[in-house]
Amino acid sequence: MTTTASPRLPDLLPGDGSAGALGGARRFAMPATFLVFGLVDILLGARSHGSAILSFTPQFAKVTIPNLTIPAAGTCYLSGALTLLLAVAALVPAVAPRAVPSLGNRAWRRVAIGVVLFLFVIALLAWSDVSQSSGGSEAIPINIVNLLSGSLNQSIPIMLGAITGVICSRSGVINIAIEGQLLLGAFCAAIATSATGSLWIGLVCGALAGSLVGSLLAVFAIAYIVDQVVLGVVLNGLILGLTGYLYNSILVPYGDTLNSPATFNLWKIPGLGDIPILGPVFFDSTVFLYITYIVLAFVSFALFRTRWGLRTRAIGEHPVAADTVGIRVLALRYRNVILAGLIAGIGGAYFTIGSVGSFGINMSSGEGYIALAAMIFGRYTPWGAVLAALLFGFTTQLQSILSSINVPIQSNLLLLTPYVVTIIVVAGLVGKVRGPKAEGVPYVKA
Amino acid sequence: MSEPAGTEEPSSERSSSAGTFSQVFAKALEGNTVTVTVLAIVTAAVVGGLLAAFTNPVVLHAPAGDIIPKAWSVVAGTYVALFEGSIVNPHTVAAFFQQASLPTAVHDGFLGAVFNPLSETCVAATPLILAGLAVAVPYQAGMFNIGGQSQLIGGMILSAWLGFGVSMPIVIHVIVCVIGGFVGGAVLGWLAGEIKARTGAHEVIVTIMLNYIMAYLLAYLLSSPSLLQKPGSTDLITPEVASSAHLPQLFGNGIMRVNAGFLLALACAFGAWWLMNRTTTGFELRAVGANPSAARVAGMRVEHAWVLVMSIAGGLAGLGGTAIVLGTDFAVNPSNFGTYGIDAITVALLGRGRPAGVVWAGLLFGALTAASPGMQSQANTPVQIVQVLTSVIVLFVAAPPLIRTMFRLRATRARGVGTTMSKGWNA
Repeated sequence: MTTTASPRLPDLLPGDGSAGALGGARRFAMPATFLVFGLVDILLGARSHGSAILSFTPQFAKVTIPNLTIPAAGTCYLSGALTLLLAVAALVPAVAPRAVPSLGNRAWRRVAIGVVLFLFVIALLAWSDVSQSSGGSEAIPINIVNLLSGSLNQSIPIMLGAITGVICSRSGVINIAIEGQLLLGAFCAAIATSATGSLWIGLVCGALAGSLVGSLLAVFAIAYIVDQVVLGVVLNGLILGLTGYLYNSILVPYGDTLNSPATFNLWKIPGLGDIPILGPVFFDSTVFLYITYIVLAFVSFALFRTRWGLRTRAIGEHPVAADTVGIRVLALRYRNVILAGLIAGIGGAYFTIGSVGSFGINMSSGEGYIALAAMIFGRYTPWGAVLAALLFGFTTQLQSILSSINVPIQSNLLLLTPYVVTIIVVAGLVGKVRGPKAEGVPYVKA
Repeated sequence: MSEPAGTEEPSSERSSSAGTFSQVFAKALEGNTVTVTVLAIVTAAVVGGLLAAFTNPVVLHAPAGDIIPKAWSVVAGTYVALFEGSIVNPHTVAAFFQQASLPTAVHDGFLGAVFNPLSETCVAATPLILAGLAVAVPYQAGMFNIGGQSQLIGGMILSAWLGFGVSMPIVIHVIVCVIGGFVGGAVLGWLAGEIKARTGAHEVIVTIMLNYIMAYLLAYLLSSPSLLQKPGSTDLITPEVASSAHLPQLFGNGIMRVNAGFLLALACAFGAWWLMNRTTTGFELRAVGANPSAARVAGMRVEHAWVLVMSIAGGLAGLGGTAIVLGTDFAVNPSNFGTYGIDAITVALLGRGRPAGVVWAGLLFGALTAASPGMQSQANTPVQIVQVLTSVIVLFVAAPPLIRTMFRLRATRARGVGTTMSKGWNA
């Protein structure tokens, strides 16, 4: 996202103490993290024997693709060796910062991080596939298509929530209420669909519910100048309590009529959906995934290529300057926060009318907070946030697939790996993310 | 939030402390913090009452003319149950005075029954106060600690392990376990602070992730017989803590469960106040919270302050977990950390980040929590009403201009609570 770079003054000024104090440890963070990943890869290699089988054919597919059989140990060693090479390469700019031109640095870093994570996943898959079958029996193939499409669908609420967070943050409003927006979206979509019988009405109601939370956030944050971190947490609590209360008092006794919505069917895009491997992953899903594509494309274009986007970023960075040139700061903040709520509301609707088919207490189960983390992790850009959200979705899906094929790790330890990986990645590779300057600071006209 | 001198205008409440009655009354009309808080609670009660009345099946199915009386009876039933469950139940008082003589009444536990609701309120408030302090103290230093849950679990694990795995003499054992609980939480707080100080990773992300990690780690420890699981059991539970490690009950071994953990919470609140307002360290922490760049220029070690304040906060939350394990539950299972981590944020907010405020807010929420089963059984009002009530209270408390508009109070000269608390999290 080259266009995001409004000048990061503290990065340029030598006087900023935080940059100086962090610099020493941070320079070696990336090589050190790569080293850890490389060693883990090799460790996995030492513990795997036999051949791992990866399958690429989705269930009930007409065309079958031959399975890929790879030597597990060799794959792990190769991944480990490549990762260690990257670690050494990452050490060069850390030791001699002037030796390499700094321009290509950023892109190089991103590619390197991507490659390291990819190699780690490959090694993990190879190891887990052979380790489930102790003895001579052949390994059960791991279905890559299911893994990828599962991760993609699992990430839908996180992706949409994170995009909502990006729009709000860029406008200068911290939105911690994403969790509440998801939950109320799920709740209202379930009731509206059950009551009217129309999935589309349910989808619209879910979106409006997210927007309702957004307008509460906007009114309290902008008009009543409530601290936005506080406000978000409180709104989440309010919605968790309210939906839980209404679930017990209304949805339980009248479950047949109010809490048994239909769910959207899979809808395969003609043509694109027939591409091998990519088709079933990206173009054979519910309408929610396609909405996510459209929202992502639209928001990332609008935020960096339109007048609206420029103004939005302006009121998030420096509202006084924006006001001086005639942008109506408060009006634009209201509009952005309320409209962004629609997106998270759709994400919430996915829970009830996209996958599960009924509402349950706290069914968003903290994914709004994960979306918040994905937003910061993705450096406040739509694409970054979506990729970070996919990382969470992928690790969750990987965890559920690994535990279903009886990998000999305790399932609770598997469940906590995505969060450990996130901390390692955030601490070791991402580091300090600078949000929009005026994020969370109410604008009061002098 | 109290800010270091010079960053805020003098607050109105300080000058009102020496006022005459008429001045106090005038202050009340101006909407000072006490008035706003009381009105916020009243408003929340009205909102909660309406919610309870118009979602109750009895009211919904009543004939049109009967709706108002039925709704009234539901609301009254809910709030009577709230009072009886958290403060005093008149029936137990009547039973106490119907006994033949006072000594036998006391001996047979009738006095205990009278004070039991208050005792339950204190029991429920103990972890809320401690975890609330764990949010309030870092907030003054500009850190947002969402990791109360992970730190609570850390405290629980270590204090429970010391409680059942180690045998020690009677008084020393409980002291060691309490210290262990503090350390268990402090390690997790330290981790979040250290990661932020070394790499700049945002503490909100790190603490959220740590919450999940500790919840799953606890489940793992509890499902491994070689680690924490009770031998010979298939349940996810630790062995029972030795009785020498129990926090002593304050009123003998009767029905009342209130224990030394409550006194510990009050002591910690006082300690937090003393640390933040009466020591150089506290001044530095608050200065870092108000303006890290200025603090750095003034020669304060900002990163050091972050690590220190998160460690202290983690320890406080860990003590909250300790109070649960050693005070009431005596064993750890995957659910007894409850939702204290998130509730603590609400408590800290209602207490406006001040230790004394946190104590009052913890007692209020403790009362609501203690009474919620009664509201469910007697008035058929789901327990989630407590969460709705607490959220509405905090929402109104955080928005003094809204309460002033609703009740036509005059604005105070000093800026409201909401504005003094408002600062971005990049600060």
